[in-house]
Amino acid sequence: MQIYLPIAEVSVNAFTLMGLGGLVGVMSGLFGVGGGFLITPLLFFIGIPPAIAVATGANQVVASSVSGVLAHMKRRTVDFRMGGVLLAGGLAGSGLGVLVFNLLQRIGKVELVVQLCYVVFLGLIGAMMLQESLRALRRARLPSARRRLHQHNWVHRLPLKVKFRASGLYISVIPPLLVGVAVGVLAAIMGVGGGFIMVPAMIYLLGMPTKVVVGTSLFQITFVTAFTTLMHAVSYNTVDVMLALLLILGGVVGAQIGTTLGARLRAEQLRILLALLVLAVCGKLALDLFLTPDELYSITTRSR
Amino acid sequence: MRTLALILALALPDLALAQGTGSTMPAQPDAGLIPPVDRPENWPLFPDPGQPRSVVSPTADPQAEQVVAGLSDSSVAITTSFDGSDILIYGAVRREAPVPEGELDVIVTIEAPSQPLTIWKKTRRAGIWVNTDRVEVGAAPSYYAVATTGPLDQILLPDWDNRYRISLPRVLRAFEGAIEVENSVPFTEALLRIRQQNGHYLLEEGAVTLVDDTLFRTDIRLPANLLEGDYRARIFLLREGQVIDAYSAAIEVRKVGLERWLYNLAFDQPLLYGLMSLAVAVFAGWGASAAFRKLRRA
Repeated sequence: MQIYLPIAEVSVNAFTLMGLGGLVGVMSGLFGVGGGFLITPLLFFIGIPPAIAVATGANQVVASSVSGVLAHMKRRTVDFRMGGVLLAGGLAGSGLGVLVFNLLQRIGKVELVVQLCYVVFLGLIGAMMLQESLRALRRARLPSARRRLHQHNWVHRLPLKVKFRASGLYISVIPPLLVGVAVGVLAAIMGVGGGFIMVPAMIYLLGMPTKVVVGTSLFQITFVTAFTTLMHAVSYNTVDVMLALLLILGGVVGAQIGTTLGARLRAEQLRILLALLVLAVCGKLALDLFLTPDELYSITTRSR
Repeated sequence: MRTLALILALALPDLALAQGTGSTMPAQPDAGLIPPVDRPENWPLFPDPGQPRSVVSPTADPQAEQVVAGLSDSSVAITTSFDGSDILIYGAVRREAPVPEGELDVIVTIEAPSQPLTIWKKTRRAGIWVNTDRVEVGAAPSYYAVATTGPLDQILLPDWDNRYRISLPRVLRAFEGAIEVENSVPFTEALLRIRQQNGHYLLEEGAVTLVDDTLFRTDIRLPANLLEGDYRARIFLLREGQVIDAYSAAIEVRKVGLERWLYNLAFDQPLLYGLMSLAVAVFAGWGASAAFRKLRRA
């Protein structure tokens, strides 16, 4: 069934879109990631203009993170104060990112920068995850001593210290603010929630306990992507609600299937699978950048 | 249905005539890609396109042959399930005198509104392919189709092509700003090639069927990825490579229903539209988790 997207002004198959949403939903249910980092490149592959793919991707992440954060609020695993600080940074970063995005679009480099960001970040995250899960597999076989909760480093010497009760931390607000800004910029430029950056940063940089990390990052992502969606919609009219709706419909069903499926599989193997998947997407994008393209020329239309 | 339309077009030329907006006379060729040509003395002049064409030509020397034509649709509605559309263009040649000697040819074009665009070329920089060189084109139609009774270069003289901007390369208008590249030809060639590959520029030689040098018809495919706007269909009658009559009709391409509503909302009330998109997302996210929780409990 072909469907004409009113803002993207392209006609695509509705089932392809729902299937894409579903596939990414299964991933997010299975691995506990937002899936934004997969959906935006997949939208590029099926021919949605990059500006619209990014803005609509952000809208789709709102849906999946809302459903996640609700579950975490019920379990009381959200540190609202930390979430608030991250959010303040995130909103500033998102505003900045949307400006940068528009600038890049004007000089015709948006595709390149978005692709480069994806290659770099997916490559880093994929490699880290693969290493981590391989180590976990080995550790499962040879049990060793427990690690310390967190270590004191330069982060703990900065001024403006605040108590974060739910995380059991007394640290400066500067590092979480900066993490928030970085994630906001990425959300606006890449159309992702940024959980895959924020979660490692919260654990390793801020030293937050793992149990509140996912809920808190989802809390922040919900608001940052919502703000990004609004910014893109108001400034550049690039959110396609029809496209978002189809992706969300597939996504929410897929997420539930993924969650049930995830309960039956072993966590370490799952994480290796996710790492390989992330590296595969990264590889495909990298090949597009490094190999000689079939068509050297491209057309962008200006103003409506 | 189409046969009926064809018969109608023949029997009731006035009816078919009423569908069009009148004969075309191209505006003065603006400074474009193509250098202006000297205008021969004997070029026929057609009535102003803004004026409705009278049945009897007011000029002292009326055209020996005139084209009357109609379209199967004078408007195309882009609905949610829009998947492209075929437009049937049919018509006949009206004559006061017996058929003159020589070959009669017909060219039909459909043209979308023009938009400014940028053509980028990638080059390799530090190992990766980057958009580096560009050419700005002031106006190029987002869709352009040409259907003819024969090979275009054999039935149309270049002078006449320049005058009416019929063939694909002639349709592209002026470059904008200073040209930054040494040779812009590969860029415009690339534009034509890319748009021809994705079906937005069509050249269908021999797609117009002409019966007894009088009746003609052709089908032109409009692709699924259509932009809205006021499209224009033009029909040219040619003898010996010269245009002897031209005719034009408007085709209105519009989004309708939900498509129209969403598009207007997005551009007129972007804040409201953004909030609505968020509401859809939040509601879907919340609804799905609530629904599945209930399902699991049951």
